[in-house]
Amino acid sequence: MAPQAFDEMRSGADGAIRTPYRGVARWLERTSPERLAATRRDVDAFYRRQGITFGAYGAADGAETTIPFDIIPRVIAWDEWEFLRKGLVQRVTALNAFLADAYSTREICRAGIVPEEQVLLNAEFVAMAQGLALPRGVHAHIAGIDLVRVGEKDFYVLEDNVRTPSGVSYVLENREVMMRLAPELFSAMSVLPVANYTEELLATLRSVSFSDDAEPNVVLLTPGHYNSAYFEHAFLADEMGIELVKGSDLFVDEGRVYMRTPRGPQRVDVIYRRLDDSFLDPLAMRADSWLGVAGLLGSLRSGRVNIVNALGNGVADDKSTYTYVPEMIRFYLGEEPILANVPTFRGDRPDEFKYMLDRLPELVVKEVHGSGGKGMLVGPTSSQSEIAEFAALLRARPGNYIAQPTLALSTCPTFVNQGVAPRHVDLRPFVLSGKEITIVPGGLTRVALKEGSLVVNSSQGGGTKDTWVLAPNGAGAPAPNGAPDKAMAQTQGSTAS
Amino acid sequence: MLSSTAKNLYWMGRYLQRAKTVARLIEATQRMALQSGGETTTGVAAIFGLDEDFRKKHPQGTLADLIDFLALDDSNPSSIVSSIGAARMNAREERNNITVDVWESLNGLWLELSGRLRENRATLDRGALIEAAKKQAVMIFGAAQVTLLRDEAYNFLQVGAFLERADNTARVLDVKFHLLRPEGEPHARELDYYAWTEVLACIGAVRTYRRIYRTGLDPMKVAELMLLRRDVPRSVHHCLWIVDLNMRELAEAYGARGEADRMAGELHARLRYARIDRIFNVGLGRFIGDVQGDIAALSDEIGRQFLLD
Repeated sequence: MAPQAFDEMRSGADGAIRTPYRGVARWLERTSPERLAATRRDVDAFYRRQGITFGAYGAADGAETTIPFDIIPRVIAWDEWEFLRKGLVQRVTALNAFLADAYSTREICRAGIVPEEQVLLNAEFVAMAQGLALPRGVHAHIAGIDLVRVGEKDFYVLEDNVRTPSGVSYVLENREVMMRLAPELFSAMSVLPVANYTEELLATLRSVSFSDDAEPNVVLLTPGHYNSAYFEHAFLADEMGIELVKGSDLFVDEGRVYMRTPRGPQRVDVIYRRLDDSFLDPLAMRADSWLGVAGLLGSLRSGRVNIVNALGNGVADDKSTYTYVPEMIRFYLGEEPILANVPTFRGDRPDEFKYMLDRLPELVVKEVHGSGGKGMLVGPTSSQSEIAEFAALLRARPGNYIAQPTLALSTCPTFVNQGVAPRHVDLRPFVLSGKEITIVPGGLTRVALKEGSLVVNSSQGGGTKDTWVLAPNGAGAPAPNGAPDKAMAQTQGSTAS
Repeated sequence: MLSSTAKNLYWMGRYLQRAKTVARLIEATQRMALQSGGETTTGVAAIFGLDEDFRKKHPQGTLADLIDFLALDDSNPSSIVSSIGAARMNAREERNNITVDVWESLNGLWLELSGRLRENRATLDRGALIEAAKKQAVMIFGAAQVTLLRDEAYNFLQVGAFLERADNTARVLDVKFHLLRPEGEPHARELDYYAWTEVLACIGAVRTYRRIYRTGLDPMKVAELMLLRRDVPRSVHHCLWIVDLNMRELAEAYGARGEADRMAGELHARLRYARIDRIFNVGLGRFIGDVQGDIAALSDEIGRQFLLD
């Protein structure tokens, strides 16, 4: 098993309750298990009735399931968040610089820092995206950076998601639910708000239109309601007051993109797409795609419509490019990385591959292009035969894998069938890059509900928690009047790129 | 607003209304069977043009068969279960264009129906299921009326619901009239009292009839009530009036008028200025047949005019 994990509530000095968790600990003491159980039932009914569902890919009947929501919030202190926020701004700034570079002159390859084949031979590289001057030079407009914590001051970036990261609707809905469920706890601690996310998102999307219209027409392109994240697509479009469109609602005429309306065609300036690259345009990419819009890429290339996130972002967030991100930060920004990478062994380097094979029972091995917690091996919790099977896969395609030491992810108190018990968590903050960089405080906390499990993915039985970033001096105690507003203004402060 | 949104709301209105009509129809048929002591299932499925399908599937044709076919059979596209399922799919695609109240009540009904369908058929309380469908459908329309923004989307929902309702009332009257009354002389005295009550019950208008006419059941008056009374909310005239009103609001919003607007106005006017005695002179069946045909044509034209197809 992994070494003793850092518990975010109880790992204070001498095993005392950590300061940010004082309010939660008091609340847990005062609330009976029966009350917690009843509350959890209410929440589940609420999510189901609202249709806040998530269909895991590959579920036999495509059934709609809700992601379990844990009613005990995860708390992050203000100074902890400030540290993370600075690190996230730095990292996403570098990722955007890398993407702009990767699709233009590739200075970072010329400098010998990232091998050119890492970019050009990457399966996610999109040749048609080369040489485009995107508005504000931004490629990763919405980034979800997965963080894990292993100690009081030790955070790692587990992976970057700069294609179409999802989950933010849970951040917003979880907060709504939490405010209804535990108003007394909520009002006793000064928690920074997250509800402005959609406003910031809309501002970000509008700021990257090619046209200089004051109010460019922004739409959200979804693959449709069979997609597992459809609820989120509809939710975000609704909150932003923009149209939720499918490929069939759009068409291209004379290089411009229009949407079909009962009034006739209406021009579209920015497309927030939640559709993979290969489905976007049957003329340019997969010809069998019914989800995209014929001629869309031509329109993009002629600067008449912007597509968010940009095409080909996969070259920046696969698990083998990940190993170069600290170097990117040094190269583009001339700064030392604030957030550390997890030490990673690459299957395409013979000496590292040998180490991987020798230490499989201790390591977590992942596919370079894998996602959703599938196609991975968690050494310490796997049987000998599982490890042997995986070793065969590794030998067949060494370059397809990376390995990392098994981290003792921090734990948070979680309400499970046996009562309140520690469970492992991670954190996905959402970073918006447009005219400026904005991050709403916190992000999506995913929790592995199975005892001892380190896999938090919703498709593998993970749940979510509301994530509370406390206002400065909000250490679990009532805040003085007016403090939250002031704090909010500070968190929204941003770094122009 | 997108054309696909208009289309989804239009069909959500149609399917919800159809589910409601079928629920009423089943209740009326059941009551009729109880009162007349027989199991007269003939013709009920014909209202939705499904007589043949029903006979093929249920050669016995018992009342229980009919209820299962009309309410629970998901291979029957007009069954309550199919209609609610289709309406929910439309609503789900437009989750962001309808209110939480509308979505929750519709999704709630769908969850309840699909939950009951998993119960043992032998002990399933069909009456309760149909009652729930009827009541909840009313709630959904109510939620739509009190919570939806009055914009184009609402107009399309209304057009769909009322066009379907006009069509349903016309179908009920047409089929029942054929069954009860051979073409030709009106034999009012010989008509079965219960049968006319049932016809009115199909559109929930038994007491309405008494309030308006204060006389015994007269087929001509029943036909007048169902076709021409603008103050009866399920009459064909009332429904086509609402359709026309909503079409006018759309034309105003879009600043343009098309063939669909002309057709809606013409249909409305035809029902508004018709007289029941003249209709009987020409032949009730023919009149209703023409109206039904024109409702279908209007529906097609709406699809063309607003790019719904």
